[in-house]
Amino acid sequence: MIEIRNLTKKFGPFTAVDDISFTVEQGEVLGFLGPNGAGKSTTMKMLTGFLAPTHGTAIVCGHDVRTEPRAVKANIGYLPEGAPLYPDMTPLSLLRFVAEIRGYSGTRRNQRIDEVVALVHLESVLHQRIETLSKGFKRRVGLAQAILHDPEVLILDEPTDGLDPNQKHDVRALIKQMAPGKVIVLSTHILEEVEQVCTRAIIIAEGRLCFDGTPEEFRSESRHHHAVSLTVKTETAPDAAQALESLESVATVEVLPSANGTSSFMLFPRENASLVRDVNRFVHDKGWELEHLHVEQGRLDDVFREITQGAASTV
Amino acid sequence: MKQTWIVFKRELGGYFATPVAYVFLVVYLILSGVFTWYIGGFYERDQADLQTFFLYHPWLYLALIPALSMRMWAEERRSGTIELLLTLPIEMAHAVVGKFLAAWCFVGVALALTTTEWLTVNYLGEPDNGIIVAGYVGSMLMAGGFLAIGSCISALTKNQVIAFVITVVACLGFILSGFPAVLDMFQWAPEFLIEATRSFSFLTHFAAITRGVIDARDLVFFTSLIVFFLYINAVFVDLKKAD
Ligand SMILES: Nc1ncnc2c1ncn2[C@@H]1O[C@H](COP(=O)(O)OP(=O)(O)OP(=O)(O)O)[C@@H](O)[C@H]1O
Ligand SMILES: [Mg+2]
Repeated sequence: MIEIRNLTKKFGPFTAVDDISFTVEQGEVLGFLGPNGAGKSTTMKMLTGFLAPTHGTAIVCGHDVRTEPRAVKANIGYLPEGAPLYPDMTPLSLLRFVAEIRGYSGTRRNQRIDEVVALVHLESVLHQRIETLSKGFKRRVGLAQAILHDPEVLILDEPTDGLDPNQKHDVRALIKQMAPGKVIVLSTHILEEVEQVCTRAIIIAEGRLCFDGTPEEFRSESRHHHAVSLTVKTETAPDAAQALESLESVATVEVLPSANGTSSFMLFPRENASLVRDVNRFVHDKGWELEHLHVEQGRLDDVFREITQGAASTV
Repeated sequence: MKQTWIVFKRELGGYFATPVAYVFLVVYLILSGVFTWYIGGFYERDQADLQTFFLYHPWLYLALIPALSMRMWAEERRSGTIELLLTLPIEMAHAVVGKFLAAWCFVGVALALTTTEWLTVNYLGEPDNGIIVAGYVGSMLMAGGFLAIGSCISALTKNQVIAFVITVVACLGFILSGFPAVLDMFQWAPEFLIEATRSFSFLTHFAAITRGVIDARDLVFFTSLIVFFLYINAVFVDLKKAD
């Protein structure tokens, strides 16, 4: 449904998006990650026909943004970064405007507006000027105008940025609810959000694509994926570090800072080793007093940093 | 066409959504009254016409039109709503023309409110209403020219104050290019250049219309000027929208 081919954008000598290609199919929720200035918003602006690519193109629902921008725009619902809205308008008048531009009129227009208003819970502020609304409501008005025409493709640039935890939850629930039958591309700086709502994650850094996979794959890139963190009473386990290192399934042991009287370690497994079982048995056999044992899932922040800084240092 | 109409409606509604519109209308009416009845010396002239009323329109517009046009694109770019507008399924021309027509229509509303002065002269005497109608047509055309220039300049900056100042200067240029004093400065230039300068003067064309003759040349001048600047306007928006 979305096919991005060698998409490139230059601002003067500066390359903001550098030869990015990927495709997104119906039903996918794609999380777009990357450090500040990576080129996420620029990519979205090209995808939605706002900016013309320097090279390459994007095909959305069979239409090329370069040659048929209007057809592309008709198929896309877009929430720009920061959800810009006309401050003098009310949510109702703004939604009417967008609905009319998108070809709705009369009762069908009003019906459709009622539906999205109910979906994003805007009833209480419909007649209030947008500039007087809270950030959460503004964002919801932005979302409402994006989903008004029930588009096949939704592009959301940081839809939960600056929202409180409840609002974030609501927006994510809404995205999940709409996901089947659509293509949704959203950018975010919240890595957990990708796991919660996305079926796929793409990371770009300095305009280049440097990761493309499922959120689980993303997590498993972590050094800490399946590592075991362990805390024992020091008096019962004087030479714990050396002892643990001798274990067959342990690749390396890292000593962690810990509270008085306890020792903490991070154990990294060898390939395919069932580390936690071995460690558990070992601790039991040695008679160490166990305070804490935990299988790490992998740290998203670490992966993110590794991937994006790795990409940066190869420049 | 339909898209232009929808943009037009939103824009025109936008003018009346803020107090700015009412301030503009009141200032416009007061100033045009002051110019006509006092500075223009309506009573001393002892003539039932609106010559003095129209005489000052270029100057009235010089101050007021840039105030109206400065926000047309500058504000759209500053607040980022341009991204909202231009990712809706419309062509650039719809947005540019819709915005322009809304501003023009707003000036039309202001101008329509001055019909009280028209009624007054009809009450006081027997003016040539044909000339007055021509005056209104000329005034609208001139306002359209100023607005097209202002809209175009507004697309170049995110700062409304800068847009205002540059528009005033540009409009002043178009007014003054017909002044003998200005033309004298060009005496060294070849004749065709002087003629060209004169032919770009709003004053020359406006004065011709207010004499009561709506000449095709003056009509063509203003309409082609409007079309030209709106075209440049679209090009500027396209160039500057990303910044
Ligand atoms: N109009 C422009 N002119 C020049 N440079 C630009 C322009 N727009 C964006 N850039 C640059 O392109 C790069 C990518 O910007 P972009 O907004 O796409 O980043 P982003 O990934 O969305 O970042 P963030 O997470 O902060 O939103 C940045 O370095 C930015 O400074
Ligand atoms: Mg961004």
